[in-house]
Amino acid sequence: MITGTGVGSVEGYGARRTWGSRLAGLRRLDWPLFVAVLALSVVGAMLVRSATFHLLTEQGKDPEGLLKRHILNLIIGFVLGGVITVLDYRLLRAYVPILYGLACVGLLAVLTPLGSTINGSHSWIVIGGGFQVQPSEFAKVGLVVLLAMILGEPRDGEIGPGRRDVLLALALAGVPGLLIMLQPDLGTTLVFIAVVLGMLAISGAQKRWLFGLVGGGVAAAAAVWFFGLLESYQIDRFTAFINPEADPRGAGYNAQQARIAIGSGGALGKGLFHGEQTSGHFVPEQQTDFIFTVAGEELGFVGAAIIVALLGVVLWRGLRIATQAADLFGTLVATGVVCWLGFQTFENVGMTIGIMPITGLPLPFVSYGGSATFANMIAFGLLQAVHVRRRAFD
Amino acid sequence: MNPRTHFRLVVLYVLVGAMLLILVGRMWALQVMEGGHYKEIAAQNRTRDIVVPAVRGMILDDRGQPLVRNRSALVVSVNRTTLMRRKDGGETVLRRLAGVLGTSYQEISKRIRLCGPTVKRPCWPGSPYQPIPVEDHVDPKRALQIMERQEDFPGVTAQLQAVRDYPEPGGANAAQVLGYLQPVTQEELDKRKGLKVTGYSGVDLVGRAGLEAQYDAALRGEPGFRKVLVDSQGRVTGTAAEQPPTSGSNLVTSIDAGVQGAAEKALKRTIDNARRAGRPADAGAAVVMDVRTGRMVAMASYPTYNPTIWTGGISQEQYDALLGKKEGEPLISRVTQGQFAPGSTFKISSVAAAVADGNGLNGIYDCPGSYNVGNRAFRNFEGEELGPMTLHTALVKSCDTIFYRFAYEEWQRDGGTSPKKNPSDPMVKMARRFGFGAKTGIDLPSESFGRIPDRGWKKDFWEITKKANCKGAKEGYPEVAKTDPARAAYLKAVAAENCVEGYVWRPGDAANFSVGQGDVLVTPLQLVRAYAAVANGGKLFAPRLGVAVVRPDGTLVRRIDAPPPERLPVDGKVLKYMRAALGDVTKSGTASGAFSGFDFKRVDVGGKTGTAEVYGKQDTSWFASFGPVKDPRFAVVVMVSQGGQGAQTAAPAVREIWEAMYGTKGGKPLLKDGRLPSELPKMPGVGAAP
Repeated sequence: MITGTGVGSVEGYGARRTWGSRLAGLRRLDWPLFVAVLALSVVGAMLVRSATFHLLTEQGKDPEGLLKRHILNLIIGFVLGGVITVLDYRLLRAYVPILYGLACVGLLAVLTPLGSTINGSHSWIVIGGGFQVQPSEFAKVGLVVLLAMILGEPRDGEIGPGRRDVLLALALAGVPGLLIMLQPDLGTTLVFIAVVLGMLAISGAQKRWLFGLVGGGVAAAAAVWFFGLLESYQIDRFTAFINPEADPRGAGYNAQQARIAIGSGGALGKGLFHGEQTSGHFVPEQQTDFIFTVAGEELGFVGAAIIVALLGVVLWRGLRIATQAADLFGTLVATGVVCWLGFQTFENVGMTIGIMPITGLPLPFVSYGGSATFANMIAFGLLQAVHVRRRAFD
Repeated sequence: MNPRTHFRLVVLYVLVGAMLLILVGRMWALQVMEGGHYKEIAAQNRTRDIVVPAVRGMILDDRGQPLVRNRSALVVSVNRTTLMRRKDGGETVLRRLAGVLGTSYQEISKRIRLCGPTVKRPCWPGSPYQPIPVEDHVDPKRALQIMERQEDFPGVTAQLQAVRDYPEPGGANAAQVLGYLQPVTQEELDKRKGLKVTGYSGVDLVGRAGLEAQYDAALRGEPGFRKVLVDSQGRVTGTAAEQPPTSGSNLVTSIDAGVQGAAEKALKRTIDNARRAGRPADAGAAVVMDVRTGRMVAMASYPTYNPTIWTGGISQEQYDALLGKKEGEPLISRVTQGQFAPGSTFKISSVAAAVADGNGLNGIYDCPGSYNVGNRAFRNFEGEELGPMTLHTALVKSCDTIFYRFAYEEWQRDGGTSPKKNPSDPMVKMARRFGFGAKTGIDLPSESFGRIPDRGWKKDFWEITKKANCKGAKEGYPEVAKTDPARAAYLKAVAAENCVEGYVWRPGDAANFSVGQGDVLVTPLQLVRAYAAVANGGKLFAPRLGVAVVRPDGTLVRRIDAPPPERLPVDGKVLKYMRAALGDVTKSGTASGAFSGFDFKRVDVGGKTGTAEVYGKQDTSWFASFGPVKDPRFAVVVMVSQGGQGAQTAAPAVREIWEAMYGTKGGKPLLKDGRLPSELPKMPGVGAAP
């Protein structure tokens, strides 16, 4: 696939661009995707307000302090996404080593005394002044672009990447993956696995690689379990997932409370800002990992289903963009983003409704959190960038 | 795009679609299908039931003066369950708390450990799920420190609670009558409906002795409930529903605080005097009963203790002291649980028995210095030779030999050592009709039987002691022989006799019985009601302390009435004869010295001294009295263990009580004209003192 020279290559790379061409570029954006992300951001902001308003009031702080920060994060995120959209994503290849290196350095730094533990996970670097960075979020971006570069190398005749490319991709993905496992951040590790598997598959790699990876993963998981390499809280979370009533005050507490909040929302919900479970802070981490419980309680099945549908729109547009991309690199970037956001959505919503074990992953575009918002918006920008430079026949 | 990539993208489409469907499907099940169920759980999640303790009722005297009331105290409690859930078992919290309260961590952790067979006090005898009070005299500043920094003190609460307060009106302590409260145990809690979720000490305490235990249900009241809205930290954000508690009712008793105080004072004074005279006088009782109604006016027991030690956790030393032999077991009421040989005070029963047995009421009987019962001589007190006399004089002078003869002759008629099939045993039977050897049925939870030894009892006792006696008969008493060979020989002979035929009701047993000696034991309460029965013409009451249960607002819940009295099987003439004789005891008889100068015109007191010999100890001093002789109102009994002769120690105390009641020694009479209040008193203000 050396072909695929789309219009984008001309437009995006021009040093002198007219206003007309810029507007034409705007017209080429994926608007349904844009509207869905914007809608998720607005709903997310409302839910963040609902989740934090009472607690902040009780603490005597600005009740909308977190909302304001979240809005600021969203604005910065949209700007970041816009910049990525405008940039020619193919140029990213040049920066991939730098991006990758930065991600690895960040992840390493977390493991040094620079790293901090926030809400039980050791995955932060506190910069000071109330700012902190979660390098694992940016590592997801790095991973997607890196794998796209390696697996999307133009090849002659071959349908999929060769053994050398696959091994290189696995090795390079393995370094940040291992660092994240050491934090330990099980959720992000699972995202990494989903992204690697998905991108390998779409790149056209041989089936044996896929089955080999899945089999190896299962074996590794079994080994980890049997050799007791998991932290006790992780085992508790799995036990609680199997039987949430076993320890309603301990590990099962989050799962139990999340289900109660969502279930009590019923079909139509209790109304935005009127969730009693939410205002009573029964669900921990409610503005971040458990924000879906606010939606479930206050907006009911209808509202929560709309949020899932909006995320569905994002994923659908992402897959569509992957299909229509100008080159394999673009296809793989879009695929990586879809696998990342898709798995994270399934895991995050799934854990609040009791079909997945609890891990610390935010809901894309909805949860509070600077690093996650920025990373998601970059992903959104990547999708748009691939779309803007899609194949001409569309 | 190559076909493989294209195909796999289609698969990914399907996967994403399936995943979304799974999520929405599960949400449908959770929110739409099971929504109602989760709504219910959510409601429980957000509300919590709090038990609002009812204020416990007061215990009042006959004039409405509180003997027990409540005062407000700032109590700091610790929730064990919350602490145990912490990583270090709550040690840091307790150390911090100890710092604020100015005690040590060790002290607090001792107080909150659970009592068990091997755990000594201080420990928590109540339910482990209740807040455990660790300090009940907290000053408000420190309490505020704890409440303001709740995040530093999880599981610790400081709040106002009502604790029991003992104002001691008229100096009345009455600790053994009033009883005490202790934390309710988990089993009791489970039995009581609606107390599963408990509040604070008001409901968690239960009467464990005395009136607090007897009338616990009435005093306790009904706790209220408050359904409060809480957040996930358990902080209360509002009230959803409320049912106010019903305060416990007050218990009006027949105890007259003034008389009770006077009785305690008189008892203490006479015991102090006896001790100054060199007698041990280790314990005593003073009882006053209304002979017309069977109600108790005063019940004093010595030694006593300060009941406030029960509030807020009792220490091991304090607890040991309450039951310590050295301290005289102040927890035990000598009135209801003290069992002593009654000595000559028992003769009212013996006279009645002798007359019923056919001895003429107006006959003349010889009172020799000693009388041979079988092969042993039984002597009068100090062997005094008094000559022929009436039964009247026999009581006044306390002749013993007349009663020995009655008893011996009855014993012989019953067949002696080989008794008839149905021996008549008139003295034993009469004693039982006087209420000895059985519980009086007073409204208190613990009471002793006393002992009326008879043929059956002797046989049982023989079987229990046979082994030891036969061993003594065989091996002698070498330990005793070292110092007192004569005594060892005597003991060996007695053991040999008891080993072989200890079950036999011997003539000596019958003789001793007739004068309240030997194995006869009575409680002061039994004796006072027997004298009350002689005084009131034969009515043997089940004594009552409680008069009525009255709500704090004054409405009567119920009156407490004694069951109809039993009747003595004694002719009214005989009772009247005995009353006259007892009336002379204080004027010309054994108690004339103790009552010399007493104002008999104001109140004509009659009575009987008792000096009971106790093997290896000094005599038990008794005086049982009633008055006025012509129109009796009260019976008063004083007993002092190891107090010497009845006239020496008990009689002066009885005199002092009568003087206080009628004001015959100057001073304001405690009971005007000897009258008790005839109506229920007005209720004093609210339960808690200001």
